[in-house]
Amino acid sequence: MSAFRAILGKDLRVELRTLQSVPAMALFAVTTFVIFRYGLDRTALSGSLAAGVLLAAVLFAAILAINRLFVTERDEGGFEAIRLAPVDGTVLLAAKAVALVVYLLVLEAIAVPVFAIFFLDGWGGLAALAGVLVLVDVGLAAPGVLVSSIAANSRARDLLVPLLLLPLLVPMMIAAANAAEPLLVAGGPSYAGTGKWLAILALYDVVFLLVGYAVYDFLLED
Amino acid sequence: MRFPSLRAQAAITVAVLAAGFALVFFYAPNDADQGFIQKIFYLHVPLAICALAGFVVAAIHAIRHLRSLDPVHDARAYVSIHLSVIFGVAVLLTGSIWARASWGKWWVWDEPTLVSFLIVFLLYATYYPLRYAIEDRDRQARYASVFAITAGAFVPLNFMAVRAAQSLVHPRVFATAEGGMPLRMWIAFAVCLAGMALLWTSLVRFELAAKSASASLSRLRRSLEGETYVTSGSRIAPGVPSRAPSPG
Amino acid sequence: MPALPLDEAGKYVAAAYIVFLALVLAYVAIMAAKLQRIERELGELAELAEDRPRPSREELV
Repeated sequence: MSAFRAILGKDLRVELRTLQSVPAMALFAVTTFVIFRYGLDRTALSGSLAAGVLLAAVLFAAILAINRLFVTERDEGGFEAIRLAPVDGTVLLAAKAVALVVYLLVLEAIAVPVFAIFFLDGWGGLAALAGVLVLVDVGLAAPGVLVSSIAANSRARDLLVPLLLLPLLVPMMIAAANAAEPLLVAGGPSYAGTGKWLAILALYDVVFLLVGYAVYDFLLED
Repeated sequence: MRFPSLRAQAAITVAVLAAGFALVFFYAPNDADQGFIQKIFYLHVPLAICALAGFVVAAIHAIRHLRSLDPVHDARAYVSIHLSVIFGVAVLLTGSIWARASWGKWWVWDEPTLVSFLIVFLLYATYYPLRYAIEDRDRQARYASVFAITAGAFVPLNFMAVRAAQSLVHPRVFATAEGGMPLRMWIAFAVCLAGMALLWTSLVRFELAAKSASASLSRLRRSLEGETYVTSGSRIAPGVPSRAPSPG
Repeated sequence: MPALPLDEAGKYVAAAYIVFLALVLAYVAIMAAKLQRIERELGELAELAEDRPRPSREELV
């Protein structure tokens, strides 16, 4: 537990001091909103379009962070340190996943209000949307850390992360988009069917957390 | 399963597939809705089932590889995925032809199984760039196994999510498999399925044998000429020692 | 979805089965090329082995 806290604390402190991921993610997301405004030729979004634009922006911003997740570990010998320490390798997985979720939550705290100001009519569905986004963040983090670890030790790692990650994220995105869509409809949010999609999101999260837990030690071996 | 020999198995495969196709065209009745077009079903669905089963088989080989670190299992996982991806191409092409014939378009997003399959195919297609990106052989094999297991867990999730997203309003394009199929259709389908499964396993054994021969060749060349000679072995997943592989 | 007339439908069905056949044959052809290469190299190695002095040949088996 203390190893987990140590790694997580280190990552969060480094991020706070260097600000190398989260500001870039936020900037990227907001710029993406502007691009979508012109790409779709719309000044207001609702329902499925709103859900799609928001989720796509969050997804691509997440990939920025995932690419960078293990850079210091690879460069400064962090992987060797974990191997030598009497700690379970999955501690690294857990710490990195939580760190990524934190980054994404901060990103969303900035990007979602901006999105609402840019495109939405009212702020009614946003509270429920926050709940959906928490599950989405875990759903991004679980496979994200796994893929990032695989790619960290290979060539063309920046290419490999999106290539491997995007197909894996499709079911999660399907569930997220379907959950978010009724929350962002023009006339005010409707909560019909949200339960079903939240259940699928939760299932996805659980499956990938379990898979990650089962296989992570094999990724850390030399 | 060291018997039947690959030659015998290949002969049986040809016989069963031929019998299956004969049943399709001379025995099974025409579908009431789709007419003659429905005959594609006997090709498309068995291919899809075998490809998906092949991915699950690969995941099992991958688990065995991680537990034993024996390169034989890695080779089997590699070949299983390879053949399933090729079968996947066939599924998508025949599915597209079927969509064109019944729906007028070369692709339909309304058919959840086809869309799910596309996503699974795209995922497993990344298996190769992954292997090529990692130079260290042992690490490459290990990471590939991790990927095969993760992807195997992903497949059922994917099918579930895509089906759940299916709008209830749009009718399924490939509705044959759902509504009651007459017995004669079931028989033709069963034989075709058996034939495709035999085809898959035969081709897997075939490719494993070729890989094994290639690996033995490399070893032979190395012992004759020394380390400096560049071998004909594959850069990815060569790891089959010279003993004969046995399927599954 | 009205059923297509037989001659039109037949073309699509034939196309599907031909695609399947083509893929299988392409796979077999590629494997055949690989096997040919293996055969050729085996032949070269066999020559190499025969040219060598006796003691080394026994090491191989």
